[in-house]
Amino acid sequence: MPDAPPAIEVSHLVKNYAGVMAVNDISFRLARGEILGFLGPNGAGKSTTMRILTGYLPATSGHVAICGHPVASQPDAVKRLIGYMPENNPLPEDMRVSEYFYFRGRLKEIPRGKLGPRIDEVLELCDLKRVRHKIIGKLSKGFRQRVGIAESILAEPPVIIMDEPTIGLDPHQILIVRDLIASLRGRMTVIISSHILPEIEMTCDRVLIINQGRVVAQGTPADLRREILGRSSYQAEVAGDLTTLPALLAVVEPSLRLADTSEPDPLGFVTLTLTTASDTALGEPLLRVLADAGLRVRALSRAHPTLEDVFLAATRRSWDVRSDPPRKN
Amino acid sequence: MRHFFTLLSHELRMLLVSPSTYIAATAFLVFMGFIFTGILESYSRAPQENSPAHVFFQLFWLPVFFMVPLLTMKCLAEERRLGTIETLLTTPVTTTEVVLGKYAAAYCLYLTLWSATGGFFWILHRFASDARFLDSGPLLGGYLFVAVSGLLFIAVGVFASSLSRNQAVAGILCFTMLFALIIGGRFLQDSQWLDREVLQSVKAAVEYAQIFRHYEDFTRGVVDTRQLLFYFSSTVLALIFSILGVEAKLLHS
Repeated sequence: MPDAPPAIEVSHLVKNYAGVMAVNDISFRLARGEILGFLGPNGAGKSTTMRILTGYLPATSGHVAICGHPVASQPDAVKRLIGYMPENNPLPEDMRVSEYFYFRGRLKEIPRGKLGPRIDEVLELCDLKRVRHKIIGKLSKGFRQRVGIAESILAEPPVIIMDEPTIGLDPHQILIVRDLIASLRGRMTVIISSHILPEIEMTCDRVLIINQGRVVAQGTPADLRREILGRSSYQAEVAGDLTTLPALLAVVEPSLRLADTSEPDPLGFVTLTLTTASDTALGEPLLRVLADAGLRVRALSRAHPTLEDVFLAATRRSWDVRSDPPRKN
Repeated sequence: MRHFFTLLSHELRMLLVSPSTYIAATAFLVFMGFIFTGILESYSRAPQENSPAHVFFQLFWLPVFFMVPLLTMKCLAEERRLGTIETLLTTPVTTTEVVLGKYAAAYCLYLTLWSATGGFFWILHRFASDARFLDSGPLLGGYLFVAVSGLLFIAVGVFASSLSRNQAVAGILCFTMLFALIIGGRFLQDSQWLDREVLQSVKAAVEYAQIFRHYEDFTRGVVDTRQLLFYFSSTVLALIFSILGVEAKLLHS
C-alpha cells in the first residue's frame, strides 16, 4: 500500500497547561511498522505528547492523525487503532489477571470466541502463565509491568503507545520485553518512551529526543550520533617520543587533532585521545604512521559514542538555546 | 451503548467479590432490623394510627444518608486516584458509558439492599398472622418510593464522586448534597422569608421538590407523574453533570 497514510502523523502540536508550555510545536511522522523511541528528561513533554496521541487529552493546537484518522475529530476510530500503556501502569488492584484481560478484551471489542485463545497467546508471549489466576494487587512490580504490556497488545492494534514500559524490570525481564517489542517490528507501529538509553538504541528504528516541549533531535541512532557529536574519536596507548606527533597526525588526516594526553603509566605508555571531523575509518593508516615513526603502540580503538552521549549533548544544547531568548515563537 | 453491559457486569462482579459490600450490607440490615424492632415494640405497647410499613419507610432518609455515600463515593474517585480511568477511556468506550455503567451497578446494589428488608415484613406476616399489620398499600408504595427516589440519590452520589479523586471528600460531598436535598428542602419550606409575595414562585418550587411530601403521596398510593418527572429529570441532570465532571477533570488534569 504505497498510498496508505503514515501510522502516526503529528504536525505543529502545541499543548498548554494553564500557561505552561508542555509541548511546543512538535512535528514528526512515523511509517507503519516502525518503532520510535521517545527520549527526553523528566517534564520534557513525553507523556503529554503520548496522551494527546491516544486522544485522552485534547491538544491546544496542531494536528495529530493515527493511520489517517484525525484524533480530534474521530476519537472513536483512533481508540480502536491504538493500544496504550500509561505512565506508572495503572491497574485495578482487586482483579485476577485473566479476568482483567477478559474485561479489557471485551472493551476493546475482541469477539467473544477469539478472546480466550488470544488471552492465552498474550499470556504466553509475556510469560504470565504462572500468574494468570493471581490477584493483580498482589503481583510484583515486574509482573504488573508485563500485565500492562500484554494488555496494550491484547487487541493487536496497528499502533502501540507505551510510556516507560521497562521501568522497574530486572535485566532478564527487560530482555523479554525487548524481544517482544522487536517481534512487533513490521507488523505494528510502536512508540515507546524510556530513560534507559541502551534499551531504546537496541529496539528502536528511530529516536526522537525532546526537551522543554521541543524536538531537539530525531533520526536513527547512528544519524543522531553523527549529527549531534559530529565527529569520531580514537584512543591510542602509545610509548615513545611524542614531540613529532602533531605532524604525523596531519599526514593521516588534516582534521585529526590530539584532544587529550594522559600521564604515562609505569611502563611508559600514555593514552592519547584523538578527534577528527572525518567519518572514514582511520585506524589502519594511523597505526602504520605511528609504527613507522618508531612509536610503540599497545592499543588503538575507535570510541563508540553511546546514545547516552547523544542524549546528554542534545538536551544540553537545547538548554543553551533556550537560555538566551526565552520567548522565540 | 454496546459497552454498557460489559462495564455493568464488570462493576457488579467487582462489588460481589469485594468484602466491603458484604460488610456494608450486613451493617445496613442490622441497622434496619433495629429500627424495625423498635417499631414493633411501640406497636405492641399501644395501638398506632399508621401501619408499620408506613413508619418504617418514613425513616428512609437515615439509611440513605450513610448508605448512598458509601456505595457511590468509590466509583469514579477511585478510578481517577489509581489512574485506571486513563486506560479505561483510551479504549473505544465513551465517558457516558463509563458513568452509566457505574451508576447502574450502584443502583442495583442499592435496590438489592432495600429489597432484603422485605424479609422483615415477611417474618411479621408469618408470625403475627394478622393481615392488619401487613397493609400491602403502604408497603408497595414505600418500596416504589425507595426505588424511584434511589435513582436520584445514587445519581447525586455518582456526581459527587466525579468531582474529587479522594473518596472521603466525595463521600462527605455526597452526604452534604443529600442532606441539602432531603432536609434542606424541609427547612426552606418552613422558613418565614419565603412567605413574601415576590418569592411565591420559589416557594412553589420548593414545595414541588419536597421529598417527604413525595413519600407521603407514594405511601398513600398516589403516584403522581409530576413527582416521577421530578426524579427522572433530576437524575438525568445529575448524570449529565457527572459526565461533564469526568471530562472537565480530563481537560484540566
